[in-house]
Amino acid sequence: MTTQSSTEYEKYYVPEKSKLAVCATIGLISSTFGAANVMNDMTFGDGATTGSWGIFWFGLFFFSATLFGWFRMAIKENLAGMNSAQLKKSYVLGMFWFIFSEVMFFLAFFGALFYVRTLVGPWLAGEGEGGRMNHLLWEGFNYQWPMPLTPQEAVGGVANQPVANMGTFQSYEQSMAFGEAAAWYLWLPMWNTIVLLSSSFTVHVAHMGLLDGNKRKFNIWLGITVALGMLFVALQALEYYEAYAHFGLTLNSGIYGSTFFMLTGFHGFHVIMGMTMLLIQWLRSVRGGHFTADDHFGFEASSWYWHFVDVVWVFLFLFVYIL
Amino acid sequence: MGDHHHGPAKGLSRWLFTTNHKDIGTMYLWFSFSMFILGGAFAMIIRAELFQPGMQLVEPAFFNQMTTLHGLVMVFGAIMPSFVGLANWMIPMMIGAPDMALPRMNNWSFWILPPAFLILAGTLFMEGGAPNFGWTFYAPLSTTYAPPSVTYFIFSIHVLGLSSIMGSINIIATVMNMRAPGMTYMKMPLFVWTWLITAFLLVAVMPVLAGAVTMMLMDIHFGTSFFSAAGGGDPVLFQHIFWFFGHPEVYIIILPAFGVVSQIIPTFARKPLFGYDSMVYATAAIAFLSFIVWAHHMYTVGMPVAGELFFMYATMLIAVPTGVKVFNWVTTMWRGAMTFETPMLFCMGFLVLFTIGGFTGLMLSIAPADFQYHDSYFVVAHFHYVMVAGAVFSMSAAVYYWLPKWCGRMYNETMGKTHFWISFIGFNITFFPQHFVGLAGMPRRIPDYALQFADFNMMSSIGAFIYGASQILFLYNVIATIVAGKPTSEAKTWEGAEGLEWTVATPAPYHTFETPPQVR
Amino acid sequence: MLLKANRLRELALGPVLMLLGLASAGAAAAGDKVNQVNMAPGATEIGQSIYDLHMLIFWICVIIGALVFGVMFYSIYYHRKSRGVTPSTFHESTKVEIAWTVVPFLILIGMAVPATSTLLEIYDFDDAEMDVLITGYQWKWKYEYLDENGENVSFFSNLRTPQGEIYNTADKGEHYLLEVDEPLVIPVDTKVRFLVTANDVIHSWWVPELAVKKDAIPGFINETWTRASTEGIYRGQCAELCGKDHGFMPVVVNVVSKDEYAGWLETKKAEAAEIRDLMAQTFTLDELMTRGKAVYERNCLACHGANGEGGVGTAIAGSAVAMGDVSGHLEIGINGVPGSAMQAFGGQINDVEMAAVITYQRNAFGNNMGDMVQPIDVYNHKKG
Ligand code: HEA
Ligand code: HEA
Ligand code: HEC
Ligand code: CUA
Ligand SMILES: [Cu+2]
Repeated sequence: MTTQSSTEYEKYYVPEKSKLAVCATIGLISSTFGAANVMNDMTFGDGATTGSWGIFWFGLFFFSATLFGWFRMAIKENLAGMNSAQLKKSYVLGMFWFIFSEVMFFLAFFGALFYVRTLVGPWLAGEGEGGRMNHLLWEGFNYQWPMPLTPQEAVGGVANQPVANMGTFQSYEQSMAFGEAAAWYLWLPMWNTIVLLSSSFTVHVAHMGLLDGNKRKFNIWLGITVALGMLFVALQALEYYEAYAHFGLTLNSGIYGSTFFMLTGFHGFHVIMGMTMLLIQWLRSVRGGHFTADDHFGFEASSWYWHFVDVVWVFLFLFVYIL
Repeated sequence: MGDHHHGPAKGLSRWLFTTNHKDIGTMYLWFSFSMFILGGAFAMIIRAELFQPGMQLVEPAFFNQMTTLHGLVMVFGAIMPSFVGLANWMIPMMIGAPDMALPRMNNWSFWILPPAFLILAGTLFMEGGAPNFGWTFYAPLSTTYAPPSVTYFIFSIHVLGLSSIMGSINIIATVMNMRAPGMTYMKMPLFVWTWLITAFLLVAVMPVLAGAVTMMLMDIHFGTSFFSAAGGGDPVLFQHIFWFFGHPEVYIIILPAFGVVSQIIPTFARKPLFGYDSMVYATAAIAFLSFIVWAHHMYTVGMPVAGELFFMYATMLIAVPTGVKVFNWVTTMWRGAMTFETPMLFCMGFLVLFTIGGFTGLMLSIAPADFQYHDSYFVVAHFHYVMVAGAVFSMSAAVYYWLPKWCGRMYNETMGKTHFWISFIGFNITFFPQHFVGLAGMPRRIPDYALQFADFNMMSSIGAFIYGASQILFLYNVIATIVAGKPTSEAKTWEGAEGLEWTVATPAPYHTFETPPQVR
Repeated sequence: MLLKANRLRELALGPVLMLLGLASAGAAAAGDKVNQVNMAPGATEIGQSIYDLHMLIFWICVIIGALVFGVMFYSIYYHRKSRGVTPSTFHESTKVEIAWTVVPFLILIGMAVPATSTLLEIYDFDDAEMDVLITGYQWKWKYEYLDENGENVSFFSNLRTPQGEIYNTADKGEHYLLEVDEPLVIPVDTKVRFLVTANDVIHSWWVPELAVKKDAIPGFINETWTRASTEGIYRGQCAELCGKDHGFMPVVVNVVSKDEYAGWLETKKAEAAEIRDLMAQTFTLDELMTRGKAVYERNCLACHGANGEGGVGTAIAGSAVAMGDVSGHLEIGINGVPGSAMQAFGGQINDVEMAAVITYQRNAFGNNMGDMVQPIDVYNHKKG
């Protein structure tokens, strides 16, 4: 535990007043409220989305604009030298625990995947202590992963329960799993992994450059990182296209589709966020000349986030694609 | 910028735009109290309907909405924000910090709460009614069979979660980074310690809750099958995820309460806490164990027997660190020189009633016996003993204890004591008989019951009205104190009080510790 | 012997409860369970072990509580400032702290041992002499006898308490809310295995005196069992929030002698055969309306209202479906509306009942369609 000298405390900057929080609240609440309206119109309504989209987009725009202003202000304060070392540490802690909370968010989905694959699947097929008698309900259901036939399809009924799978994702040979790819070099997830892992490496190189005070090196490698991020998103979009168009794998394809799209989807969303963050840092550096060897928290935070996204992918690759 | 020395701004903008931890703390406290009244109003409707057998006041569908909203509003609206408010007020003062670490985010964490609850309460007026699936919202009742308002419920949970996560990050950053020189971890007041650990719990489990409601959202609107066996999922999966959040949640509720009690008892016993170190370790142990016991809420779902045993043993273990706390409080009183002002009375009410609630918790943790207790009123009795007599009592104690410091006026002691005794008696009349009806077989979440339970239910309802009415007294006392209480300017309101918060002026100035104190 | 011991414990329990501030409220006139304050050991061995376990933990807690509170009240009394004491300053004592960590731990082990053995006993599903499949529906139970002798016997068990009693327009009967039209019947001294599942949401099948509570999870079958040692009628309720009428979903189990059980089974089979006969018949409009009214009131009224005015369900009076094409009406009656509260009743009521209720809906509440549906139509519709 390092103890601060009391001079540092005097400089702890407590902003006097700020409209940011209220604006961010208006944006956040409008966008979530709008999103809820849109979904309800879609599922329960008559399809007429009266104004819901409007509320949603207004909220989202307002929210993004506020966040933009918020970060800009924080950056300006830093440039103006208002941030003591102690305040900077607060930011570091904030970012660290934010990433920790994101880890826990993903944990929920990985936990669900684990539970479904190792316990529920066999139980539904009448195996194991939790499902000795389940064959009475799902006669003919055999458990496999990926799941070509959901229990409901196995008993041949879509009548009574809300539809799952709709019979489109049936070909287990065409799944996204490695063993089934026609040739290794056609296996998209592997390319995705390569792209993302190397981007983690390039962002590290950029960081080293910055630490050496070599801004040119920093800008180039950070630019490459952002480009790799974009490439990843593009490849992932291709992957989704293939899933829907060629494999018949959709959100409706039972639990395999559910877990597949939730995990990759949220990961993809986080990649886009991380990429945007890095892009902004790149613009700051290239256009605004920000960052020095010993003051570059915005970049550091974004790069931690990027590494986090990368680590999540490694687990995803392992548990969703390989195993 | 730069000029920290003037006081608060005037008017509404002071509250909307503030970054001051005391203002934000005050807003949290008032907000949570209003939610307590709202949740209490729902409870009064529940108790009024259950006053007699037969359906009298409300329809079964509405009754379920009341139960659900009561649970949600009390847990997420009343208790959690009240302790966050307390943390905002007290933590910077207790560790000698000028403010919270991230003041603007602090304001944001608060301001997203009211609209989120507005949306939640607004569901009452929506077609199909408010959420009606219990505060535990088990799928598929909360997915396939839910009213459309469930979508709004899901989003408001998301927002509440965001608020809690940001609030906790702020607290962690404050405690880890803003302590005055010399304020080492092992010198921090216990309230700060319990909150630090609570904040860890929150950051760890709120995202999991967010994951759970997101899966619900996908099942409802986008055709996934997480919680439907037909598509290869499992409704019980929902319960696992929910309780992975839900069990730590109950310790999120009680740990700050432990902290409050650990501050107050030494003050009025005029004697230092018996075992500071072991209190800290016990808190950490409880937090750790809370992650591996969640399935004790699910003994009857048909888990394999090995799972039952594991969760039973792990749950029982929690009695050990909790016991350490209880024993510590009692030995702190031992051979002290006690006086019994209102905060102390509430703490002793807490001590007795929480321990009883802990004992029933221990009974519930015994899996085979829980087959009989589960989802009966015995469980309802258990959790109101720990949450009302635990969290709410300690919150009342905290308010009385620190109110003079907050507003520079002394509350009316007689009224305070009256509030305590009516609460204590009313509380026990309400919830003690619920043990009996529960053991005799009355399920929870029912709007109407068999005749054999009639007498105890009537008793319980009467008690609830008494307890509820005593809260009016509380509200009155607090407002009267703020408006017209006897002014006091003693820095140290209580003779035996220790800690930095008692070294600053009374009422506490708008900005405290702009230069950090030196802690020996 | 056992009974006597229980009685003793019960007696001892009384004063403790009194001490804890209980005033016994006046007893009403309905049965021996009124104001029951403790768990009932019930009619099974497992129930007895659970009860013993419950009392064991209870007493341990009472003793620990007495010690802790004793010390506390002692010090509240003797260590008050008003008695002029000076506070001592002692704190921290490793010895004491180790003791109060280790002793509770040992006590817990003492509880865990009997708990484990009881749990393992409960989880021993083998050697069941017969199986009953229990399915929870919103808001009723379906019982199916799976064993060879019982084949073909299956029925629904609905709440029998009239609306009038619930809405206080009639006096409440002794078994208010705990009575059903057809109880589950099982033989005494027989290990009966229950296979519990649900059709829609999660329910929980609970009979306190048989010491059984098991959640009914849609899509999964849970196992549990009981062996009742005394004949009698045992009552319980659904114990998992399952929607609007969760409180109106009782379980009644009639434990009878083995002979009586065999006789009951015969009558049930005969009834089933009778229904098969009825299926082949053609009814008049009046016959269908009378039967249909009964079916409606039992199965549909809760959602569609006494006068077809709707509620949870849409209105039947003037409904486009009920006044439209017969096959469309049958389709909804038989297969329900997926994703809504309107269930598929095709598997819940037999074809005669279905024919009757559809006819009823088409001709009651001012719908006056004048057409009829015969059991054979229902049969054909199901065949497709
Ligand atoms: C503040 C909240 C809070 C707290 C602190 C607790 C504390 C405990 N709870 Fe409770 N609980 C809830 C809130 C809380 N609970 C809620 C809200 C529910 C219901 C949720 C729902 O379904 O809606 C619930 C339900 C619940 C269940 C599920 C019941 C069911 O649905 O069937 C169980 C089962 O194990 C349980 C156990 C425990 C245990 C073992 C503790 C322990 O932490 C208690 C430990 C304390 C002591 C034991 C007393 C002091 C110790 C000593 C004096 C030492 C010596 C003692 C011994 C060795 C015996 N709780
Ligand atoms: C910390 C949380 C908390 C708190 C403080 C309370 C407080 C109270 N609770 Fe609550 N309760 C829960 C958490 C809490 N509860 C939860 C989680 C559930 C489970 C929900 C579920 O099953 O899903 C539950 C369920 C629950 C039930 C079971 C419902 C059912 O199963 O159907 C009952 C029934 O008696 C009940 C009663 C009460 C009462 C009488 C109070 C009282 O303490 C309230 C007192 C407060 C007031 C009354 C408000 C302030 C006073 C005034 C505004 C003055 C006006 C009043 C009068 C004139 C009388 N609660
Ligand atoms: C649990 C509640 C419930 C019960 C019990 C119930 N219904 Fe329904 N019913 C509904 C709901 C809800 C709808 C509306 C479905 C929709 O269109 O979304 C409905 C719709 C219908 C309709 C279509 C009416 C229209 O105009 O769209 C018919 C016909 C019908 N039910 C017949 C029956 C019959 C026959 C029974 C009893 C054997 C019955 N219902 C019992 C809930 C119920
Ligand atoms: Cu069925 Cu509750
Ligand atoms: Cu728990």
